[in-house]
Amino acid sequence: MGMTIAEKILARASGRARVQPGEIVEPAVDLAMSHENAALVINQFNEIHQGTDLSPKVWNPDRIALIFDHRVPAESFKTANNQKKIRQFLAAQGIRKFHEIRGDEGGICHQILPENGYVRPGYLVVGTDSHTTSHGALGAFAMGIGATEMASIWALGVVLNLEVPATIRVHMHGRLPHRVYAKDLILHLIGRVTANGATFKVLEFHGSTIERMALSGRLTLCNMSVEAGATAGIVPADQETLRYLKQEAGVKERLAPLDADGDAVYDQTVDIDVAGLEPQIACPHAVDNVKPVSEVAGKRLDQIVIGSCTNGRFDDLEIAARILRGKKVAPGVRLLVFPASGRIYRRAMDEGVIQALARSGAVIMNSGCGCCLGVHQGALADGDVALATTNRNFKGRMGNPNAEVYLCSPATAAMSAISGRITDPRKGGS
Amino acid sequence: MARVVLILGDDVSTDVIYPGRFMATMLPTETPAHAFADEKEFNAKLAKKEIPPGSVIAAGRNFGCGSSREQAASCLKGPGFIVVARSFARIFRQNAVNLGLRTIAAPEFEASVGDELEFHPDEIVNRTSGRRCRIEPLSETQQSMIEAGGLIPYTRKRLLAR
Ligand code: SF4
Repeated sequence: MGMTIAEKILARASGRARVQPGEIVEPAVDLAMSHENAALVINQFNEIHQGTDLSPKVWNPDRIALIFDHRVPAESFKTANNQKKIRQFLAAQGIRKFHEIRGDEGGICHQILPENGYVRPGYLVVGTDSHTTSHGALGAFAMGIGATEMASIWALGVVLNLEVPATIRVHMHGRLPHRVYAKDLILHLIGRVTANGATFKVLEFHGSTIERMALSGRLTLCNMSVEAGATAGIVPADQETLRYLKQEAGVKERLAPLDADGDAVYDQTVDIDVAGLEPQIACPHAVDNVKPVSEVAGKRLDQIVIGSCTNGRFDDLEIAARILRGKKVAPGVRLLVFPASGRIYRRAMDEGVIQALARSGAVIMNSGCGCCLGVHQGALADGDVALATTNRNFKGRMGNPNAEVYLCSPATAAMSAISGRITDPRKGGS
Repeated sequence: MARVVLILGDDVSTDVIYPGRFMATMLPTETPAHAFADEKEFNAKLAKKEIPPGSVIAAGRNFGCGSSREQAASCLKGPGFIVVARSFARIFRQNAVNLGLRTIAAPEFEASVGDELEFHPDEIVNRTSGRRCRIEPLSETQQSMIEAGGLIPYTRKRLLAR
């Protein structure tokens, strides 16, 4: 009997020939990522060592990555103090995969890891952020964990007591219609399997649609896999994965593709023919409350957000710029754009994308989590309606429980910015 | 006997349990002040210490979905809540186990505010309604983690054994 990709990775990381769903393993971690919440990880890490004569030393500084993105630049002295405490810890521990608040190498953690080649096919990646699932786009097993669990990993280098999850095979085939993207696909899938339909399971993506999809889109799919409850989302590592890692992330070492065995055993298979798919919208206040755009078109908007770790990559911004070039953001609507990393920001500048967006009336914000989690910038007023390319529309998500958030692709967001209402991106424009 | 003090629906996210704007507050001693910050009435009662430890928060499916923020577990652990839900989101459940917050998954659970519950190893008896419902047990390893007092002492032991 063969293994799924998740099973292969967990078997290798646990030093076993094979593993099965339900087995308890203690896999070695290849990369452990945190952001500002490392301040709490440090706290718990020190507590582990309390009352012992062991000095608090992380198991391997080269396998830890730290990115400041959630509140950058700091919005309060409390955050600034947390960031300072983290900097001191990193220096003392010799952790060098550190991305400061900078326009050259900074950005959102789920963009920084891939673009710097920190994640490789077959890796076990953990992160103190639920959207760590993103990195499955590179053929890794990547999952979100809490701060205390990370402290334990910093100490031991392994995940204690991990139950091997079963895998759902998602088969997507057909050509994506005009102005339908990876974001529409994943929203559609979440609507189908529901917000907890994949809880304790892995989503493994296959099919001709996935094979043709660029890594950017695969990151969007895996990023939002957690919104179906999944432990991880994984795309097989193929030529596109290797191309990205070599050409865009500058990885020099030899890399090998990684796929599931032909006779791997799946929990279930979800089959989606993408050919007839409409652009999708997730309506308040649940990510699985998904409708085709035609059912919600016309809804008045106050704020539109393009960016985040879900859809703040270069092609996302370029799609938006193509739609908005020479047009104006509707009066009464605020369009906020935040590129996923400094690298993307600069490329968007070089290629005229930023200029087209700013000319249309968009506010270009620095790379970071920005208004995605409602703690820092772009807060909504009571009764406001927002349309965002981010990944969550929970009550209060963008900082105000009395506001509404709809989720969509960058094309839908850009087209809606022109009209000030939710608009089908297939209508009008070039 | 434990009393139900709050009833919630399906898919209660960590943004509702512990809103993102308080994320810079992290210490388990400080997080309870912001538990359910946007459920104003409940949060006020909590602040005035009107809710005794051992009280029950009851919810539907997928409790704790969303962000991995551990504050969502520590803010309920501090005041001594027990969370009973039809099911939990994975990261929240693991955080609860790691921190020693008592969570009970009961797929057919139903209750109203004020109901008195009795917990048995494999079922919950609702003393007010007379209804019984089965509990989905934690895995053996999760159980042993709880018995060790949570992940911190568990890890410490492993580290010392090296
Ligand atoms: S952009 Fe939003 S979803 Fe992505 S890491 Fe930041 S806060 Fe989380």
